[in-house]
Amino acid sequence: MSLLHTPPNRPTGKSVQLMTTCLCDAFYSDVAKATVEILDFLGCEIELPDGQTCCGQPAFNAGDWANSRKVIRHAEKTFSGDKPIIVPSGSCAAMIFHGALLAFEKEEDLPAIKAFGERTWELVDYIVYGLGITQWPGKFDAKMTFHRSCHLRGSRSPEAVNALLTSIEGVDLQPIDEVEQCCGFGGTFSVSFPNISEKMGELKIENLTACKPDVVAAGDMGCMMHFGGMMDKQGMPYKRMHIAQVLRDSLKNAGKL
Amino acid sequence: MKSKQKIDLVARDLTNEVHEANFIGAKMKSERRYAALGRDYADPDKLRETAGLVKQHTLEHLDKYLEQAEASFERNGAKVHFAFDEDTAKKTVLNIMNEHGCKSMVKSKSMLTEELELLHYLEDQGKEVIETDLGEFILQIDNDHPSHIVTPIVHKNRRGIAKSFEREGLGDYNDDPETITRRARAHLRQKYLDADIGLTGANFVSAESGRIVLVTNEGNARFCMAANKVHIAIVGIEKIVPTDQDLGLFLNLIGRSGTGQQLTVYNQFIGGPKLKDQPNGPEHMHVIFVDNRRTEVLASDCREILRCIRCGACLNVCPIYRQSGGHAYRSVYPGPVGAVLSPLLAGNRFPELADLPKASSLCGACNEVCPVNIPIPDLLLRLRDKAKREGAKEAMKGTPNLAMWATMCSQPTMWKAALTMGHTMNHIPTQLIPHPSAMSWQGTRKLPKFEGGEFRKWFKNRK
Repeated sequence: MSLLHTPPNRPTGKSVQLMTTCLCDAFYSDVAKATVEILDFLGCEIELPDGQTCCGQPAFNAGDWANSRKVIRHAEKTFSGDKPIIVPSGSCAAMIFHGALLAFEKEEDLPAIKAFGERTWELVDYIVYGLGITQWPGKFDAKMTFHRSCHLRGSRSPEAVNALLTSIEGVDLQPIDEVEQCCGFGGTFSVSFPNISEKMGELKIENLTACKPDVVAAGDMGCMMHFGGMMDKQGMPYKRMHIAQVLRDSLKNAGKL
Repeated sequence: MKSKQKIDLVARDLTNEVHEANFIGAKMKSERRYAALGRDYADPDKLRETAGLVKQHTLEHLDKYLEQAEASFERNGAKVHFAFDEDTAKKTVLNIMNEHGCKSMVKSKSMLTEELELLHYLEDQGKEVIETDLGEFILQIDNDHPSHIVTPIVHKNRRGIAKSFEREGLGDYNDDPETITRRARAHLRQKYLDADIGLTGANFVSAESGRIVLVTNEGNARFCMAANKVHIAIVGIEKIVPTDQDLGLFLNLIGRSGTGQQLTVYNQFIGGPKLKDQPNGPEHMHVIFVDNRRTEVLASDCREILRCIRCGACLNVCPIYRQSGGHAYRSVYPGPVGAVLSPLLAGNRFPELADLPKASSLCGACNEVCPVNIPIPDLLLRLRDKAKREGAKEAMKGTPNLAMWATMCSQPTMWKAALTMGHTMNHIPTQLIPHPSAMSWQGTRKLPKFEGGEFRKWFKNRK
């Protein structure tokens, strides 16, 4: 149950700009590669603006809106033009089309920031509702759970992910308990509230792994860095994949990539 | 684990017993809520959205609706009082008691009276006050505070309650819930009869008809009125809805959202004192509308919080509340709604409670379950911004300074330099990794390998 935050009438063309996200730029290069490979497969022409850094969310959530605006302004200038902007993260996408509007509500350049948001799509939202693709022609023999990252709320990404994953031959997508519960990342929250963050992470890991899945998937590397880091520390064996990696690997398995 | 944030420390140090009571109580109510709304409505979001619009409309025309409500109550024979602040509100209650020669009050559950600390005030003035809601009664004998706005003793268990009853002379130790309830019932029956004034809150007020609406599951609110000559309804000004018809929407939402009930067990519509030909009931009804900083909230950029109908759904679903419990919030209103409302109602004591809006991962579950669709995460963010601008120390504790990060993120050359130098990060102490969330992590999480620049290189070289 949620109400949409996504702007109406976002551009849907196949000539797109890719926002890698700072986490993928620094830590998770394969997620960014997978995003490019599936956009390629879909026939998209991808532009990667070189000056890109971060969406400004860490400072925004920390309450440091002045510094957040500095970063958002830079991002808006870096992603100039009118192409759809594709982000392999529900969190960064929501920051741009929702959070930034709050941070800029009293600023003169609000219209430019608003226009920036009105071009921004989370990756799977774009594939399903932007390009109209509801069947994914891949193959992936695996029992899978999906962490519905919280910032997919307010968008149709959860439905989109569900549609694509369940259409992949061989994917056995298992429901998890307490799907609405946060994993405890929350950016700087996990730094300033370490005890609560960890307890939330434990609960999420328990629910995600209760059915002993082959793969734990998520739509946001922020969540995955947090609960995945906990899983690694505890030596838990479950394979973790970003949704883009699942889509890409399923194409490879089907011999289509 | 070390921490500087008070709510995080409370969560760390809770006993297993209290943690479990909070956690299970909240989770169970959440599950019932999902079941009730999902079973009864094809699209509950539409209801939430509509209810939110009705409340927002009312707030934006509150001057008009307050006037209309006043006229309607007076037409019905009730007397209306307005109390701008805490002091006036308490004195108004005391004056009404004195005016009617009342010494002993029975009251039903009201978060507003918690806010005013009315009970202690009246006791200090030599009056007897008895809480008649079972949970609130237990809190009264324990000299404790509610930890939840609907189920105020969610943090307690029956063994503790049985001990309290034994201590208060309400029978030998017996922790059977039915026995506890029966004993409280017998004790309170006499109190209702002995009292000379009844006080209630109001869940809703219809401006059109001059009715207060009370929802309870114990029927205690109507007992508070039934045997007494004087009834005081003390109400926050934000409780108004325009018409009786609107109540259909709210009554369907409040029970389902709060406890997963289709309708609360007792729903009362009180439109003034008893009529001449009615045999029983209060001869005098006083309605006290209390502001106590609500107009300040209305003037702020967090005014949507005044839509709240106190159902508690946001507390129950909140992963932070589930871990910390309500007392961690150090204020009358806990949980997500409290994290917004309490610092605002604190006025110039805002800095003392400025850490409350930080106690959220901004996951949005509270917004998703709110029956009046309050964008709670947005309001928490606005208050974080306010706390930072005003330099509130409580809020900033443990939050990394992001000025350097912002500079790096707005200068691509610096960013790219940091990325390409990044591989050395894998070999230096994690405290030095410039990503803020990396710093306090190494205790429980393994950090990912630094791969800065790899993707960009790959992208450039791909076919």
